[in-house]
Amino acid sequence: MLHCMDKTLAILVWGTVAALGAAAVGTVAVHRGEPINALWLVVAATCCYALGYRFYSKFIAAKILALDGLRATPAERLENGRDFLVTNKWVVFGHHFAAIAGPGPLVGPVLAAQFGYLPGTMWVLAGAVFAGCVQDFVILLFSVRRDGKSLTEMAKDEIGPVGGFVAYAAVISILIILLGVAALIVVNALKASPWGTFTIAMTMPIALLMGVYLRRIRPGKVLEVSALGFVLVLAAIWGGQYVSQNAALARMFTFSAPTLAILIIVYGFAASALPVWLLLAPRDYLSTFVKLGTIALLAVGIVALHPTLHMPALTRFVDGTGPVFAGKIFPFAFITIACGAISGFHALISSGTTPKLIARETETRMVGYGAMMCESAVAVMAIIAACVMQPGIYFAINSPAGIVGQAPAAAAATISSWGFPVTAADMQALAHAVGEQTLYNRTGGAPAFAVGMAHIFSHSLGGETLMALWYHFAIMFEALFILTILDAGTRVARFMVQDALGHVWKPLGRTSWYPSILATSALIVAAWGYFLWQGVKDPLGGINSLWPLFGISNQLLATVALCVATTIIIKMHRAEYAAVTLVPLAWLVAVTFTASWQKMFDPNPRIGFLAQAQALAAGPATGATSRLIFNNRLDAAVTGVLVVMVTLVLVESGRQWWGILSGSKEARVKESPFVRTRLVEEEL
Amino acid sequence: MKRVRGRIRDFAVVALAALREIFDEAAYARFLSRAGKASSNEAYAAFQREFEEAKLRRPKCC
Repeated sequence: MLHCMDKTLAILVWGTVAALGAAAVGTVAVHRGEPINALWLVVAATCCYALGYRFYSKFIAAKILALDGLRATPAERLENGRDFLVTNKWVVFGHHFAAIAGPGPLVGPVLAAQFGYLPGTMWVLAGAVFAGCVQDFVILLFSVRRDGKSLTEMAKDEIGPVGGFVAYAAVISILIILLGVAALIVVNALKASPWGTFTIAMTMPIALLMGVYLRRIRPGKVLEVSALGFVLVLAAIWGGQYVSQNAALARMFTFSAPTLAILIIVYGFAASALPVWLLLAPRDYLSTFVKLGTIALLAVGIVALHPTLHMPALTRFVDGTGPVFAGKIFPFAFITIACGAISGFHALISSGTTPKLIARETETRMVGYGAMMCESAVAVMAIIAACVMQPGIYFAINSPAGIVGQAPAAAAATISSWGFPVTAADMQALAHAVGEQTLYNRTGGAPAFAVGMAHIFSHSLGGETLMALWYHFAIMFEALFILTILDAGTRVARFMVQDALGHVWKPLGRTSWYPSILATSALIVAAWGYFLWQGVKDPLGGINSLWPLFGISNQLLATVALCVATTIIIKMHRAEYAAVTLVPLAWLVAVTFTASWQKMFDPNPRIGFLAQAQALAAGPATGATSRLIFNNRLDAAVTGVLVVMVTLVLVESGRQWWGILSGSKEARVKESPFVRTRLVEEEL
Repeated sequence: MKRVRGRIRDFAVVALAALREIFDEAAYARFLSRAGKASSNEAYAAFQREFEEAKLRRPKCC
């Protein structure tokens, strides 16, 4: 009787959630004309995530993966107090979320908002529930069943050596392109911004002070020193206001884009080559503190303010003529928004530290599927932050000077002619309110996100007078976030190159041998520094051409991860459910191949690399022409290599699937043997 | 009321444990107990030598 009542209540509750979700998604999808409230997006997202977690992830856990709470995990079997450690599930969840949440889900959705709020929102919700969360969940579980093996090792074991090699090559490509994109976003956020530059510059001595405090004064008290660093960073943000208002100081901290690029390249090299404890580790801790706090604060601000979205559901730029980046919704909205919907990079983390901490197989659902849902929620917040602005202001900030012109009046007239009214006076007032000299042509997504975030914060926490402070807090937050990816990513890439070069000549593989450290750091910094320099110098390139390359390479890695997952599912004799990973895989292949083709061969010079090279060759020759032509041809070649890699993995995986399904190959998964857990009766 | 207070305390304990894990304080405590050392400049330097390289090999997402 009681069971029956519980069931009725569950049906009632979940029926209500489904109805509410359908109403919210329906409103977001079909509403046109009058602006809608951002709470519709919040409700749609909450209901979709709740339903996806309760039903879809449970279906995957029960029917495909058959999660077994009695099976000992590597954290229990191989516990060594270091990498392998039985850990409380919420602690693992926090650890995993802190590792997967980067600037990607913030910047990508802001750029894709040029199509309107609808495409980005739908892709983030559907992509996360049916693709991104599924990928993270299944890869985490498969790694747990293989002693915490990495994606590269699983690809080699389950698909073959080609899969393993391609996964390695994809990781290196993504890292280099990601680092170039990240550095360019920082340059665009800080150029002609003495306040932002001062605040970010101050984080370096603060980090050095934290490093010395942690090492010499209060060893190991990381939370304490992070709190201290956080207070000092807030003081640096406050102090930036005085720098921007003092003519001499403002001049000292105002840099051009090429100068900032050189400074960032030097910083990347220093962070990779200097002792970890001095600069990298304290900046990492500081960034984590700021990241988790700001995301929580933004969520509270959005719910408290529940602002109106001024951006239309769909803009005229769905036809591919957008000023922020050229190209139609398909495939470019799905390439530009990667991390908020599906990110191959997450598969590296799901097969990195996290599987070595999981206490029970049953917890992989909450950690793998659940943490990605939270990351997707961050992307929804970014969409809201971009779309609460008046569209004219959004386009004035995000459009490059090459499209709308340098002069404020001309830019405002061009943007107004698209049907998004904005005046030079509006832009001047906004720039003044946030303490900037100008907000025109601040491409890359970060400044637009900062304006949106400052709008939400200042209206819910502190009023208009604090707009400038919140704006620079947001700029500092993003730049700190991105610089952490830049320095840690350069170091990770350095280790990977050292590992590979160690096979050629042993001393190069020694991570503490200084000649090797300097040589490999220089190699990695030169690789991403090249893309950064190209983006700074090329008025038609920059973020427009680099972000799709990043999206393509990131989703190539997701393709590898989904190929591994599908192969294992087929080997587990669950071929009837293989669509769970096969459908997202097919979608990613369609998106990646179409985007790659268009980036290489589209006749529009704003989209196709080769067309742009041709247009440059046909135009008047300047000192930079030959270099720009070379850059475009190189971009086309990199894209071509990525496509070949996707094709190789697909062919190798297809051969495996065909062999198993036709009976010519034995379906044998390479799992660790079953060992019964001893933790079942114990409390963690 | 007592139950609510208990829940809040449990939440605070888990939140603090998650922060200590994310910020590596828990890893340092485990290192000290494994090595049988008290916290000191030298012990923290030894912990960082053992731990940091492995930590910095971990990828971070975009």
